[in-house]
Amino acid sequence: MENSTSPAPKKMNLQRVEMSKQKPEVRRQNFDEVAFGYTPEEAMAEASRCLDCKKPGCVGNCPVEVNIPDFIRCIKAGDFAEGIRIIRQKNCLPAVTGRVCPQEEQCEGGCVFAKRGGQIAIGRLERFLADWEASQGINTGSIKKPRPTGRKVAVIGGGPAGLTVAGDLIQLGHQVTVYEALHKVGGVLVYGIPEFRLPKRIVRREVDYLTSLGVEMVTSYVVGKTRTVDSLLEEYDAIFVGSGAGLPWFMEIPGNNLNGVYSANEYLTRMNLMKGYTFPSVQTPIKQHHRVAVIGGGNVAMDCARTALRLGAEAHIVYRRSRQELPARLEEVENAEEEGVIFDFLTLPLACLGNENSWVTGLSCQKMELGEPDASGRRSPVAIPGSEFVMPVDAIIYAIGNSPNPLIPSTTPGLAIGRKGNIEAEEATGKTSKARVWAGGDVVTGAATVILAMGAGRKAARAIHRYLQTLEEE
Amino acid sequence: MIPVLERTMVAPNIHNLRLQAPDVARSAKPGQFVILQAEEDGERIPLTISDWDAEKGDITVVFMQVGATTGKLALLKAGDSIPTAAGPLGNPMELGNFGTVICVGGCYGIASIYPIARALKEMNNRVICVVEARSSFLFYWQEKLRKTSDEMIFITRDGSLGRRGHINNLGSIIPSIKGGVDRVIINGCNYVMMRGCEETRPLGIKTIVSLNTLMIDGTGMCGVCRVTVNGSNKFACVDGPHFDGHEVNWDELSSRRQAYLREETVTLRTSAPEKER
Repeated sequence: MENSTSPAPKKMNLQRVEMSKQKPEVRRQNFDEVAFGYTPEEAMAEASRCLDCKKPGCVGNCPVEVNIPDFIRCIKAGDFAEGIRIIRQKNCLPAVTGRVCPQEEQCEGGCVFAKRGGQIAIGRLERFLADWEASQGINTGSIKKPRPTGRKVAVIGGGPAGLTVAGDLIQLGHQVTVYEALHKVGGVLVYGIPEFRLPKRIVRREVDYLTSLGVEMVTSYVVGKTRTVDSLLEEYDAIFVGSGAGLPWFMEIPGNNLNGVYSANEYLTRMNLMKGYTFPSVQTPIKQHHRVAVIGGGNVAMDCARTALRLGAEAHIVYRRSRQELPARLEEVENAEEEGVIFDFLTLPLACLGNENSWVTGLSCQKMELGEPDASGRRSPVAIPGSEFVMPVDAIIYAIGNSPNPLIPSTTPGLAIGRKGNIEAEEATGKTSKARVWAGGDVVTGAATVILAMGAGRKAARAIHRYLQTLEEE
Repeated sequence: MIPVLERTMVAPNIHNLRLQAPDVARSAKPGQFVILQAEEDGERIPLTISDWDAEKGDITVVFMQVGATTGKLALLKAGDSIPTAAGPLGNPMELGNFGTVICVGGCYGIASIYPIARALKEMNNRVICVVEARSSFLFYWQEKLRKTSDEMIFITRDGSLGRRGHINNLGSIIPSIKGGVDRVIINGCNYVMMRGCEETRPLGIKTIVSLNTLMIDGTGMCGVCRVTVNGSNKFACVDGPHFDGHEVNWDELSSRRQAYLREETVTLRTSAPEKER
């Protein structure tokens, strides 16, 4: 991407200000957040490296179009209140995205410094502003109360997509109700992403902020079951479906239903939403495992392995390709490595093995080598004959993805469903085949990232707003 | 928060819990369940909706006090509230005019079979209710069941009421019924459902069971409720919980069901409510 700098050439400072973290040997024993975040001085030092490009490469790479140069300029000037106000115009979850966005592929990837490895730490700066705001107490005064339009929108699913829609539409004066199936709002932010990567009090804070803007949150309400989409349509002008992840995938190998075999969804939900890591002070029972194999190489796999490790297990990542092909963020891979997660690359599971009581005793595997690049450009793994071996483990966690949640697709007539059980929606607007219904996030795309779900929410909110102004579908 | 309208012990260790949940009550169909929590940070447990009143907006579940969460539920009284009653979840029981249907209930299944029997009766089936317990004092809801069935048959382990023995009596009950039996539906613990199916299998009578697996979300997300049915993997929360009992892999189901038995006792030892200590 072509970036032009300010007329007077500045000296390029490629040295990113590091963010301090808990030491690996300490943090592997607790569930506290790994990174501490910038101090104001550190944030201002990092912000001062920004060249304030005339044609910034960062903004176009942000799925929710945050005005990045403006908020960085505010940090430079020490005006943090204005900085967070600028972010909040486009992003209703900055404390979350500042932590879990894959910035290296998005905003930071577009930075003029990126090619030389010194891209501005935009994510850390965003996190800094959000945390600064929290330390000052939530300030809703920064947003003008819009004139009520009298239009009502139901948002199904209180995850990143739904919360973005809610945040955008409430600020445009529409009445918004979020229906969440679980007992806490936040979706994957509360059931999936572990405490040490995204403390739940931060999600709570962002949700509280939306509530303070006037969004109504209804929990333990399973749309599709408690009430159908068609029934909601009688009461609401428009509906956004962001019902998220569904049934977990397992490999087609023997032994998946042995005790001690988990889906990542189950393992993480037990630990995070249900606070299993504090058992027995809460009643969610968890097993004390000694050696855990996590199958998969994405962020979710890292989350599972690092959780298992913190609960005292030797944690293995079993991945059939090599380190280079890991789909997880490099930062998470490095964190996992530092903490002592053992990576078994080029290893293909063949069977889950169990004892006479149906408990897992091992994972039978085969070694692989990398062959020719496949359609995705990644070199595909090829089995090495005779390399079979057994990894003795007492738990196996599948982190290889999931299908979209089936509840809305299976209970909503007139909603076009794709081959993978996903809701079909236009990419630019989130519009589904059903009148007055929009959709976005994992229920449309299958498992993806928090920020992509938020981006889909942003586009859908825009389209819903257009519709609500005229009540005529495009 | 969900208001508790009533909580009574209907038989030793078996409790009746009536909750104010109007949206659930409006949508409930026979065979569906709710996920309950006794407290905000506690487990989520699935319980069958055994009765409901759509107009008054209440639902009734019947549970056996066995673990930490049911222990807390068993102490509720009218005027208390619980954080979660999400539902109605799962598929409703398949209903229709089948002819003669035997509805079998054991333990909490005596209550959960009730709305199924009621619906089948309304659809002009000949409904025969078979209820099973260790002894006669463990029966409850007999009047409700009697109203919805053409015939009631009791089985007790000690012979204190009806036939003596356990669920294997089904093997001799079925041939004794004039006009034959077209379908059997069994609700109860895994053992009762499994043994019941063993009795109906040689008779070639379609037998539906309502599985009670472990669950967390109950909405098709976590996958802990998986069960092998006819050789393929199913999820009890969204594919079930009702399956053809002759196709269920019972050994696997039983072992998965017991996965946390030891941990359950840990919380029982440590989580006795303050007032009980």
